[in-house]
Amino acid sequence: MNSVIKNLHIKNGHLIDPANGIDGKQDLYIVDGKVASVGSAPAGFSAGQTIDATGMIVAPGLVDLSARLREPGFEYKATLQSEMQAAMQGGVTSLVCPPDTDPVLDEPGLVEMLKHRAKGLNQAHVHPLGALTVGLKGKALTEMAELTESGCIGFAQAEEPIEDTTVLLRAMQYAKTFGYTVWLRPQDAHIGRGGVAHSGPLASRLGLSGVPVMSETIALHTIFELMRASGARVHLCRISSAAALELIRAAKKEGLPVTCDVGAHHVHLTDADINFFDSNARLTPPFRSQRDREAIRAGLMDGTVDAICSDHTPVDDDEKLLPFAEASPGATGLELLLSLALKWSEDHGAGLSRAVSRITADAARVAGLDAGTLSVGAVADVCVFDPAARWVVQASALASQGKHTPFLGYELAGQVQATIVAGHVAFQRNAR
Amino acid sequence: MLNPQLNKHGELQHLLTTEGLPKAVINHILDTASSFVSISDREVKKVPLMRGKSVFNLFFENSTRTRTTFEIASKRLSADVINLNIQASSTSKGESLLDTIDNLSAMHADMFVVRHSQSGAPYLIAKHLMETGQHHVHVVNAGDGRHAHPTQGLLDMYTIRHYKKDFTNLRVAIVGDILHSRVARSDIHALTTLGVPEVRAIGPHTLLPGGLEQLGVRTFTNMDEGLKDVDVIIMLRLQNERMSGALLPSAGEYFKSYGLTPERLALAKPDAIVMHPGPMNRGVEIDSAVADGPQAVILPQVTFGIAVRMAVMSILAGTQG
Repeated sequence: MNSVIKNLHIKNGHLIDPANGIDGKQDLYIVDGKVASVGSAPAGFSAGQTIDATGMIVAPGLVDLSARLREPGFEYKATLQSEMQAAMQGGVTSLVCPPDTDPVLDEPGLVEMLKHRAKGLNQAHVHPLGALTVGLKGKALTEMAELTESGCIGFAQAEEPIEDTTVLLRAMQYAKTFGYTVWLRPQDAHIGRGGVAHSGPLASRLGLSGVPVMSETIALHTIFELMRASGARVHLCRISSAAALELIRAAKKEGLPVTCDVGAHHVHLTDADINFFDSNARLTPPFRSQRDREAIRAGLMDGTVDAICSDHTPVDDDEKLLPFAEASPGATGLELLLSLALKWSEDHGAGLSRAVSRITADAARVAGLDAGTLSVGAVADVCVFDPAARWVVQASALASQGKHTPFLGYELAGQVQATIVAGHVAFQRNAR
Repeated sequence: MLNPQLNKHGELQHLLTTEGLPKAVINHILDTASSFVSISDREVKKVPLMRGKSVFNLFFENSTRTRTTFEIASKRLSADVINLNIQASSTSKGESLLDTIDNLSAMHADMFVVRHSQSGAPYLIAKHLMETGQHHVHVVNAGDGRHAHPTQGLLDMYTIRHYKKDFTNLRVAIVGDILHSRVARSDIHALTTLGVPEVRAIGPHTLLPGGLEQLGVRTFTNMDEGLKDVDVIIMLRLQNERMSGALLPSAGEYFKSYGLTPERLALAKPDAIVMHPGPMNRGVEIDSAVADGPQAVILPQVTFGIAVRMAVMSILAGTQG
């Protein structure tokens, strides 16, 4: 369906473009892959293709701050092709992928290869994070400037905390030298290592080893001190606890150059969803208490949390059909991101525009991407969705090769009708 | 989600944990067990309740004791017993846990007795059997990680009932490594279900998990205070690998603070009973004078354990999925 149409007219839709404060019925005109006009047709416009978006929301294409595509190295879990199709079905047009592939994204050649393969599929824009240290081993710095040249938009340690604080300080100082952002998921290298569930009554009851909240907060205290010393800009990934959000709120108030995201699953679920050892609810970081979940929701509302990411992590059956602690952590997410953001706005009374902002404009700002908006002249990445359409999450409905999600069987609102990447209609559910 | 160990009629389909087990089901198991106790004293120690049934003892974690008691219980019920010691964990082994189960199911297993080092492993097996329509195959959890050891919990209840008759006026203290103990968890759930008004957990902070209060347990770090006026003392085994390290400095220091000596036992009620799931570390958690003393009921626990396991297996065998 990758038809290249010069001019595209999306008519009768309700346009939401948080970056420009637009929230109303507006037509969208696309010429040569760029947004040409909002509201009225530009001079001399003739539509090569028209999408009737009556009853639909027309939003910027979603920007996902964490999606594992599993290439290179884990093709049995998912392939670029399957996951890019999942992105299209989920309305995600830009995605940031962490460096924990096999081999790790610590060499420019690997990054170029990934970018090249993604470009060949002509679907979502793929923005890799380079490894902050060689092999993610926390010992030696990677060639950050070279990696940036080949397409990395920041540097991360994925799930491997740096044990030696000196190395982390040096990495942050070096990143600061060139103005790169360091992406870190705060976790202590020792406390909570090997844990599989939130330390609390449920983990005690089920006899699962715990990951205490202090694993996150101790790491945050260290990161903030190193930020003060180095001046580096840090993006904090997938915050899970109320206490951590409290620290981040204070750090932002202090003026530290810090942003953060949360995983879409953590906006809705708690450790109680592990139920009777359901390995679909085994995620990293673990689901925490009800109080933590409420703090995440409130943090999204007041802007302490900048963005929601899908934390898309496809896992195959063999790695999930295991005793809880042995199962691989992770859930499929690209196709649920929109619905889960909308569910937050509905549950929390946050308003559609704010929910859209957290998965478009805000996410793009955090990642430093020129995306997530429908400003005139911007690359025409668009997500057209029906906010009222309900769908049931089941394996057969998902394009991703990862079929495991704690939302299996849930009925969610919000279904993508069309996904447009740089002016191409890359996905359309029911051609009208 | 429904309680996976009960079928839609509320009958026992699998025995996975004592948590959430209805009081009536527990009492039914204990009553059935008491009818089996006398069988072990007869010259022919067999009843034909499970004749023609195949029981597979699947021990992914080594345990001669528990495996033997299940083997004896199965044989006294006239079942055929097949012992499988699968020492390698499911991930390091070529075949997955569920592949193993499917293979054994194809050999017409009627019951799996499962011990596994991972909490929740028997749930995975039970869920798989249900999803593949094998409602006639039952799972008995013989200990999973730190989570549960329900037959041990039930035999402890049998022992307490035997000596104390009534649960509703008791103080019960569980002493030692609560953090890593599946026995402690199974005892706590069963005791609170049976109406014991005061369950205590005694140990150093490093061995007490968080959230015990939510389970209805009073915690004590001082052994003398915790033992005061209790009716039942359940001592837990301290694993060798935990005796020196970040949890405890030494076995000697542990014994000084938490070892059950005759002097400490005197703080409990005069007729208090002393229990231990075995195997005991004499001089680490319990003084020999107590272990061999008149208040210890550690060997009767073993005898009752056979009857309780017979009760559980015969009840499960009688449940039609």
